[in-house]
Amino acid sequence: MTALTDLGVAALRDGVRDGDFTAREVATAFIDAVARAKALNAFLVETPDHALAAADAADKARADKALKPLSGVPIGMKDLFCTKGVETTAASAILGGFTPTYESAVSANLFAAGAGMLGKLNMDQFAMGSSNETSAFGNVISPWRRNDGGNAPLAPGGSSGGSSSAVSARLCPAATGTDTGGSIRQPAAFTGISGIKPTYGRCSRWGTIAFASSLDQAGPMARDVRDCAIMLEAMAGFDARDATSLDLPVPAWEAGLSADLRGKRVGIPREYRVDNMPAEIDALWKQGVEWLRDAGAEIVDVSLPHTRYALPAYYIIAPAEASSNLARYDGVRFGLRDLPDGAGLQDMYAATRAAGFGPEVKRRIMIGTYVLSAGFYDAYYTQAQKVRALIARDFDRAWEQCDLLLAPTAPSAAFALGEKSADPIAMYLNDVFTVPSSLAGLPAMSVPGGLDGQGLPLGLQVIGRALDEQSVLNAGLAIEQRAGFSARPAVWW
Amino acid sequence: MSVDVNTVRRIASLARIAISDAEAEAMAPEFNNILGWIEQLGEVDTSDVAPMTAVIANRLRLRADVIDDGNIRDQVLANAPQAEHGFFAVPKVIE
Amino acid sequence: MTDSTYRIQGATGEWEVVIGLEVHAQITSNAKLFSGAATAFGAEPNSQVSLVDAAMPGMLPVPNAECVRQAVRTGMAIEAQINAWSRFDRKNYFYADLPQGYQISQLYHPIVGEGRIEIEPAEGVHKTIGIERIHIEQDAGKLMHDQHPTSSYVDLNRSGVALMEIVSRPDMRSPAEAGAYVKKLRSILRYVGSCDGNMEQGSMRADVNVSVRRPGEEFGTRTETKNVNSVRFVMAAIEYEASRQVDVLESGGKIVQETRLFDPDRGETRSMRSKEDAHDYRYFPDPDLLPLELSEEFLADCRASLPELPDAKRARYAGELGLSAYNAAVLTADVEAARWFEALLAETGKPAEMAKAASNWVTSDLFGALNRLGRDIEDSPVSPRQGAELLGLVADGTLSGTLAKQVFEIMLETGDDPGKIVEEKGLKQTSDTGAIEAAIAGVMAANADKVAEYRGGKDKLFGFFVGQTMKAMAGKANPGVVNDLLKKALG
Ligand SMILES: [Mg+2]
Ligand SMILES: [Zn+2]
Repeated sequence: MTALTDLGVAALRDGVRDGDFTAREVATAFIDAVARAKALNAFLVETPDHALAAADAADKARADKALKPLSGVPIGMKDLFCTKGVETTAASAILGGFTPTYESAVSANLFAAGAGMLGKLNMDQFAMGSSNETSAFGNVISPWRRNDGGNAPLAPGGSSGGSSSAVSARLCPAATGTDTGGSIRQPAAFTGISGIKPTYGRCSRWGTIAFASSLDQAGPMARDVRDCAIMLEAMAGFDARDATSLDLPVPAWEAGLSADLRGKRVGIPREYRVDNMPAEIDALWKQGVEWLRDAGAEIVDVSLPHTRYALPAYYIIAPAEASSNLARYDGVRFGLRDLPDGAGLQDMYAATRAAGFGPEVKRRIMIGTYVLSAGFYDAYYTQAQKVRALIARDFDRAWEQCDLLLAPTAPSAAFALGEKSADPIAMYLNDVFTVPSSLAGLPAMSVPGGLDGQGLPLGLQVIGRALDEQSVLNAGLAIEQRAGFSARPAVWW
Repeated sequence: MSVDVNTVRRIASLARIAISDAEAEAMAPEFNNILGWIEQLGEVDTSDVAPMTAVIANRLRLRADVIDDGNIRDQVLANAPQAEHGFFAVPKVIE
Repeated sequence: MTDSTYRIQGATGEWEVVIGLEVHAQITSNAKLFSGAATAFGAEPNSQVSLVDAAMPGMLPVPNAECVRQAVRTGMAIEAQINAWSRFDRKNYFYADLPQGYQISQLYHPIVGEGRIEIEPAEGVHKTIGIERIHIEQDAGKLMHDQHPTSSYVDLNRSGVALMEIVSRPDMRSPAEAGAYVKKLRSILRYVGSCDGNMEQGSMRADVNVSVRRPGEEFGTRTETKNVNSVRFVMAAIEYEASRQVDVLESGGKIVQETRLFDPDRGETRSMRSKEDAHDYRYFPDPDLLPLELSEEFLADCRASLPELPDAKRARYAGELGLSAYNAAVLTADVEAARWFEALLAETGKPAEMAKAASNWVTSDLFGALNRLGRDIEDSPVSPRQGAELLGLVADGTLSGTLAKQVFEIMLETGDDPGKIVEEKGLKQTSDTGAIEAAIAGVMAANADKVAEYRGGKDKLFGFFVGQTMKAMAGKANPGVVNDLLKKALG
């Protein structure tokens, strides 16, 4: 019999329903896996009691014939989601000891659907990073290793690096992620799993610690497309407490899954063919085109002319919003307070924030403060929002020619920890393929396509029209079926 | 545009992040590097473009004028580094 | 008249003062601007605070429709342009009373654009003050400095309460104009019902921008005196600040553009330790909120719900109702007075006929009594129905003016209806000619010398005979009848 921890969301849900095993057995198996995997540093807080209580509720629900969509499924929760009674820090020292008295909309939705929580997942501090090296609580290590025998610890991607690491290492069947400029898709690609960022507004932001409000979207990370669909159905939904939440019913994405892409046109954005793209990534992209053609899609060439301006626009808008969103961390109402001897209020703020924020968070707050400051607002922020409008218009024009876009998820496979942390811009360039769709608020998904020459996973990205998560998932499914990706990291931890 | 150490200090002060002189010195070139990179946006002709306001077409919904929150002082103060007599306490402010 | 003649006499000549006001008015609403916590005054510290108001991580604002509606109605009341598309911006600065680290306000696209308010700084002097804009924003919390030797305490009950910031043009030229402006604005807000205008509780505060210049020259550098909370203080702050600036300028100094504080005990303004050293608020559109778009229907509903406003009412009172200019002004200055007066008129059943008498009685007798008792008209001990009954008794001759005053005093004391008082105390006025003639005969007999003097041409003595007769009648004689009969008897 396969280990329970090798099963995904659908298999666990169905197995509990069919009586193949109990939810408690499932929870126990994952709790053990989490406990054995400290070396990955994927979890900041473990919550076995939560997972067990949900499992017992699931087993009782089965007896009462009242199973819920995620009954029996324990998941990992990115530490950006406030969880009632469970320390939530966004991996930052400034929130050390912060224990919310409230439950985020997304985690509450998941719990209401029957899911249990195995713990809070490490991440880049305040979701700022692409390698999970900015956490105040240590790097997350990818379970993957290069096949060169070197054992260099690799980045699990970021900012949802705890989530990607935990799912790919089978510490949980699925995890929540958040994606501001690629933070679900890039780590999913780095670790050989799937992840979808839905349309901006699908998942409520209420109770999710804000990074950049106009970009932040929650989404699931799981081992396959179906599991992502199941998770997203539970996470999404209108929430009157979030003024940007979309007041639309949640589609039955799982039921709508189909790998038959006949009648669909898939655009290949020519501007995504960037300089220095590794040949293996280019080859995988071409392979992806063939897979989608094989699934019945028509392939068309499209242009997204402002693509190259997406990253600089993003690195104005996101830091600007962050500089303001993070002003509330001031040592007055929660979290860290650093009060040097004789310090006044403003000195306390400065000391607290200097001690509590990590270098990348400070860097972005400073950049954001600068671009909003007197005299620069129009040149930077207004110009960036105009460019953003042009980027959105590029997509709108592309949708006149096609229904979906196919691109690589990231410009490289996972890199070694420390490899890029000295050069912020090199790190920012990691998000070159994910940021444009984030700026336009579009649904986008990464699915594993294959391995590179070093034995590391590479992802393919599907981008869809606003609200058309179904087509994105379906194209993802078509790739998944044809890629037959079954590689998994050997257990070394 | 070039950012000098004094500007870095001013920005840090605006952002209420204490930095040492050494940190400010180190940050200035890095700041310039990033700003130099994002300034390529200036190339884009946006003369007839309105800045984006809503990412996805959506209207601002308004709330009814109903009292359905508050009276949760314990929750409000639960995580406070210093709470006294139902207040948050901060170092004395002279106005 | 567009230019007031208020001048400051400096050592080197005359100076003119230029005043603009930014009035923060608390919007009347049950819940806060972006949360469901209550707004009532005087609650226990931090009891009216939601997680949103305390800026807990992940909390988000959702605007209160009533606050938007009231701001729009206010804009309509000052004939302002209403912006169907507006937006909320963040004003970023760090202070202990500002949990988010930013105030949600409207800088770039306010909900209300240009409007105007007519003021009457002195009787018969009219002036139009331009309104630049009205925007909606959040109030801050409250800091208390005197509860602990080394700490300040933070109460967030006010944090997030909805304010309208009403920004005038620098159109005022004297403390009197500024005072009249604040009073008029308060009156309009109370008519509209968008703010209770309660300055003691902080529902209305003014930031007073003052500069001085030589008459006719360019505007000088201004200072902003923050949070002045009464009409009197606004006027005092301007007076002090203007002469301070003149002193500075005349002794060769320069005015620093700065924020100042008014000290009511000393009647002085003083420089404030700046809240934000650099005053670089880094405004940008709040990404948690979409643009605020108002439908035609919403705007039409707002317009339809507007009451008759003070200027229109005043014109109607003076025109249609024929009230004196003074009475019309006094009765319409405050919405509660007008409301009470109109209720009174309705109770009389003959509003057109009774208007003048009613207006005189309200402005003199009722207001006098309320003043004495220290009560507002909302809690007048006498109801409009009782007032109307009293006026009716005068109109039908049952009570003389003097008797009516007596009855009114008893009404104030006992709360009884005037009819009952007249009945019980026998205060009915008499027109019984026989009884009056008898009293006149008695008075004339007792004052034969004065009768002779009167007949000898000393007309002034007529009043004396009226008084004596009324006294003999215990005040209950119909004064008209007394007059007629006295004239006849004295010849
Ligand atoms: Mg002001
Ligand atoms: Zn204001």
